[in-house]
Amino acid sequence: MNVPKNLKYAKSHEWVLAQGDTATVGITDHAQHELTDIVYVELPASGADVTAGKECAVVESVKAASDIYAPVSGEIIGVNDALSSTPELVNDDPFGKGWLFKVRMSDPGQLDALLSPDDYAQHIGA
Amino acid sequence: MSFAARHIGPSPADIEQMLRVVGVASLDELIDQAVPAGIRLREPLKLPAAATEAEALAELKTMMARNKVTRSFIGMGYYDCITPPVIQRNILENPGWYTAYTPYQPEISQGRLEALLNFQQMVMDLTAMDIANASLLDEATAAAEAMHLAEAARGSETKHVFFVSDTCHPQTIEVVKTRAKPRGVEIVVGDHRQFQFDDRVFGVLLQYPATDGAIHDFEPFIKLAHEHKALACVATDLLALTLIKPPGEFGADVVVGSAQRFGVPMGYGGPHAAFFATRDEFKRMMPGRLVGVSKDAQGRPALRLALQTREQHIRRDKATSNICTAQVLLAVMSSMYAVYHGPAGLKRIAQRVHDLACKIGSDVDLPFFDTVRVGDRIIALDETTTESDIAGLVREKTSPPLPARTSPFLTAKVFNSYHTEHEMLRYIKRLEAKDLSLTTSMIPLGSCTMKLNATAEMTPVSWPEVAKLHPFAPVTQALGYQELFRQLETWLAEITGFAAVSLQPNAGSQGEYAGLLVIHEYHAQRGEPHRDICLIPTSAHGTNPASAVMAGMKVVPVACDEAGNVDLGDLRAKAQLHAANLAALMVTYPSTHGVFEEGIQEICEIVHQHGGQVYMDGANLNAQLGLCRPGDIGADVCHLNLHKTFCIPHGGGGPGMGPIAVAEHLADFLPGHPIVNLGGENPIGPVSAAPWGSASILPISWMFIRMMGEAGLTEATKVAILNANYIAKRLAKHFPTLYAGHGDFVAHECILDFRTLKAGVTVEDVAKRLMDYGFHAPTMSWPVAGTLMVEPTESESKAELDRFCDAMISIHGEIQASKSDDNPLKNAPHTAQMIVADKWTHPYSREQAAFPAPWTREHKFWPAVARVDNVYGDRNLVCSCAPLEAYAEV
Repeated sequence: MNVPKNLKYAKSHEWVLAQGDTATVGITDHAQHELTDIVYVELPASGADVTAGKECAVVESVKAASDIYAPVSGEIIGVNDALSSTPELVNDDPFGKGWLFKVRMSDPGQLDALLSPDDYAQHIGA
Repeated sequence: MSFAARHIGPSPADIEQMLRVVGVASLDELIDQAVPAGIRLREPLKLPAAATEAEALAELKTMMARNKVTRSFIGMGYYDCITPPVIQRNILENPGWYTAYTPYQPEISQGRLEALLNFQQMVMDLTAMDIANASLLDEATAAAEAMHLAEAARGSETKHVFFVSDTCHPQTIEVVKTRAKPRGVEIVVGDHRQFQFDDRVFGVLLQYPATDGAIHDFEPFIKLAHEHKALACVATDLLALTLIKPPGEFGADVVVGSAQRFGVPMGYGGPHAAFFATRDEFKRMMPGRLVGVSKDAQGRPALRLALQTREQHIRRDKATSNICTAQVLLAVMSSMYAVYHGPAGLKRIAQRVHDLACKIGSDVDLPFFDTVRVGDRIIALDETTTESDIAGLVREKTSPPLPARTSPFLTAKVFNSYHTEHEMLRYIKRLEAKDLSLTTSMIPLGSCTMKLNATAEMTPVSWPEVAKLHPFAPVTQALGYQELFRQLETWLAEITGFAAVSLQPNAGSQGEYAGLLVIHEYHAQRGEPHRDICLIPTSAHGTNPASAVMAGMKVVPVACDEAGNVDLGDLRAKAQLHAANLAALMVTYPSTHGVFEEGIQEICEIVHQHGGQVYMDGANLNAQLGLCRPGDIGADVCHLNLHKTFCIPHGGGGPGMGPIAVAEHLADFLPGHPIVNLGGENPIGPVSAAPWGSASILPISWMFIRMMGEAGLTEATKVAILNANYIAKRLAKHFPTLYAGHGDFVAHECILDFRTLKAGVTVEDVAKRLMDYGFHAPTMSWPVAGTLMVEPTESESKAELDRFCDAMISIHGEIQASKSDDNPLKNAPHTAQMIVADKWTHPYSREQAAFPAPWTREHKFWPAVARVDNVYGDRNLVCSCAPLEAYAEV
C-alpha cells in the first residue's frame, strides 16, 4: 500500500500536504481501496469554515458512504471540481488528481497532532 | 386438509427426517433448546380455533357485507377510479407480481424495474420536474418528506419555519405537523395570500388544485418564497395535470401527491403509491427508492436501484429519511394505467370529469378541475362519476377557464404502444416473466420472511366492499371494516402480549417512528420531555437509528459481543451514563443475528431501571409467534410487519404494514387522526394520511390468523425454526453458520459465513450464481459483511429446502474447482444470449453455465440481463425512460 513520505495522515485515513498555511487534503490509497469504486464525492463549499476532527465531506461508493473529517481547522479555499464528473480520480490517483479540498489553516500547529507516514503505515498494518 | 397443512411446507413425515438431521428427537425438544425457558409462553394464545379456507372466506364476506359501497363525492386526495380489468387480474391479483421481493437483485427484477422507471417518467412528465422517485407511502408523508428536504437544503440554521397553506388536505397538514414537532420545525398554517415571508422560513407547502378544488396561481407566491431563500413544495393531482399547467412550470422545487386515482382502488385508505419529484440539484437529498439505468456485463442497458447510499440501510442516522420501502405494486399499477390509456386517453378521462364538474360549477371564483364548492359542501367528481350521479346538482354557472397545459407529456414510446388489451396483456406478461417471484422458487431472505401469500388470503382484497370505500366515509358505512379492525387488534394484542394496537403505520419504519413518538409523549406527560437518548445496538438494522433521529432522539450505539449479542456491560454503562436523559432502547428479537439472546429480559430490566422504555423491532416476530411475546419479555412497544409475519405479500417492494402494539401505560398516546376519531385518549398526531393505514390489505392478515388458529400459528413458528436449523446443519460442512444460541441452535434464520472462501470469490458472486440455479439470493452482507443470511420460513417444503441446499453445495464445488477468475461464479448470472453466442471462450461448458442442476432442465429461469454494473449506474445517473431507448438504438 502506497504511503507517500511527504504527507501527514489522520487516523481516519485522510492525508494532508502542507505548503505554507495551505493544506491540501485527500483520502489515502488504503481508504480508497477499502471503499472500492467511488461514485460520488460531496465537497464543502468554498469559503466554509471547517474544524479539525469534524466531518466536512462525504465519499460514496455503491456500497458505502463514508464521512471525511477535516484533519486541520481553517477556511476552505478550493475544492477539486473535477470530482463531480470523474469521482473515479479518487481511486485512480488518491494522492494526486484525486485530492478533495484545500484549507487555509487557522492553526498550523494542528499538523503536529497528525501521524507520520511510518506511524500511519503501522496504523493500517501495511 | 386444514389450511395450516397447506401453509406449512414440511409434512409430518418430512419433519421426522429433518429432526434427525438437526439432531433432536422432537420439534418440542428443538424449541426447548433454542428458545430460552424463562421467556416461554406458559399457556396457549387465546385465539379462535382455525377455520377452513371456505369458512373463513364466508365469515369475512358476511362481515364485509356490512360495508356500504356508495358513490363517493368526498375527494380530499382519494378518488374512485376504474381499475382496468387487464391490470386488476394480471397485476393486482397475480402472484407473479405481488409475491416478488424488493428489486435488490436487479438481474432477476428487470420487469418491475422497468414498470417503476415508467412510473418515474410518468411523474416527471406530468409534474414537469427533473427527477422522480419510485414512490412513497402516501401523499401526506410525501409532503412531510418534502418538508425534510427543504429543511436539509436550507442555508442557515436560523431558518426553522415551514409555511403550510390552509387549503392543503387536512390529513396532510396534520401529518406534516406531527413530523415537524420533534425536529423543532415551526409550522405556520394560513392563507398564502396573507402570508408575510421573513428570513426564518425555509419552505412552503401548497396544494394544487386545493382541497376545495380551487386552482390558485402560485407563481408570484413561489417567486416570493425563492426571494427569501425558501423552497416551494407543491402537492398536486396527476389527473388534473393532464389539463393544467404543471408545478414544474411555475417554479416548484418539490412536487408530491398520490397516484391512487390512476387505477388503484381507494381501499378505505390504501395502499396507494405516492410520488415525489424534485429538481436535479436536490436529487441526492431525495427520500425513498430510485430506479436508474446502467449497463450489464455485456454492455447492454440494464436497470437497477440507484443511489442506495442515501438510504437508511447504509446511512443509518444520517440517511435522507427512515423510509425503507416503496409502494411498488401500486406504483406498477398506476404506471400501467398510464401505459394503457396513453397521454390522449388520460386527457380524455380528465376532460370528461372536468366537463361534468363544470355542469355543477363552483361558488369559489377560481378555476377548478373536478372539485367544486356548492354552498358549504365540497363536491369531488372522479372517473366513475356519471351524468345521472350529478343530475340533481346541475346548475347554470359559467366556469373560469383552466390555466391550460401547453407542454406535451408521456411522449416516450412505452406510453404510446399498448392501448389494446392484447398488447397490454402481453406487455404485462413480458415484464412479469423477467422477474423471479415466489411462483418460481423460495426467496430465502433473512429478516424479510417471504412466506406463503395464500390465494384465500388475497381474494378479499379486490372485493368491492373492501376496495371501493373512501377512507373518510362515515364510520356507519364501514361497519364491516370496523369489526375487522376490532378483531385484528384484539388478536395482535394477544399475540404480542400488549394492551392496545394502532393499525395506522404503513410500514415497519413508520411503526418505529410512531412507537418512538408514543414513548416521547409518555415521558413528556410524566414531566420528562428532555429524555431523548435512544440506545441502539450496533447490530440493529439501519432503519432504527434513522427513525430515532426523525423522532428527535439522539442515538447512542451499544456494542455487541463476539457472539453477536448485546454487550450487557456496555449497555449497563451507557444506560447509567445517560440515566437522566434515557428515552428508549430499540432492540430486535430474536437478534438480527438470528439468535434468541439469553439476556433479553435483563436487557429490558436495565433499560427500565434507568427510566427508559423498550422498543422491540418486530422484524423477527416470526420466530416468536405462539412461543413467547414481546410484552411478557419486558418490551413496552413493538411493531409488527404484517407484510412479513402476517402474510401480506411484499408486492415487489411494497406495500407493507407496520402496526404498533403497546403496553397499557402507553395506550393513551396511540396516533389520532384529524378527520376520523380514533387513537388514544391523549393521542400523538397522525403518522399516515389514512386513519387505519392501508386498510384494504388488513383482510390478508385477518384471514391468515383466522385460518391458522392458535395451534397452526404455533406449529408454523416451530417449523420456521426447524427449517432454519435444517439448512444450517445441512450446509455446515460447506458454509459454517456464524452465530448460534443455546444448544448451538439458531432461531428462524441463519447467517452463512463466506469469509473463508477462496481468495477472489465474493459473496456477491455466490448470490449471482444462485440465479443460474433458479434461486433468489438470501440477504447479502447484512448484518455481517461477507455472509448470506437465510430465512426459509415455515412455508418451504423439505423438497424446496433440499433443492436450495443442493444448489449451495454444488456452488461450493464450483468454487473449489475454479482455477482462475474466468469461472461460472464470476460470470454469473448467464443469460440465454451469452449461452447461445457463437463465441464461447470460458474454461467451463455452456451446459454447466446454464444448466448446473437437474431441475433447471425441467424449468429454467433465465436472468434477463447479465451482471449489472452498479458503479457505472451511480456514476452516470439516468432515471428516465427516454435515454434507455436511445441507448438501445446505438
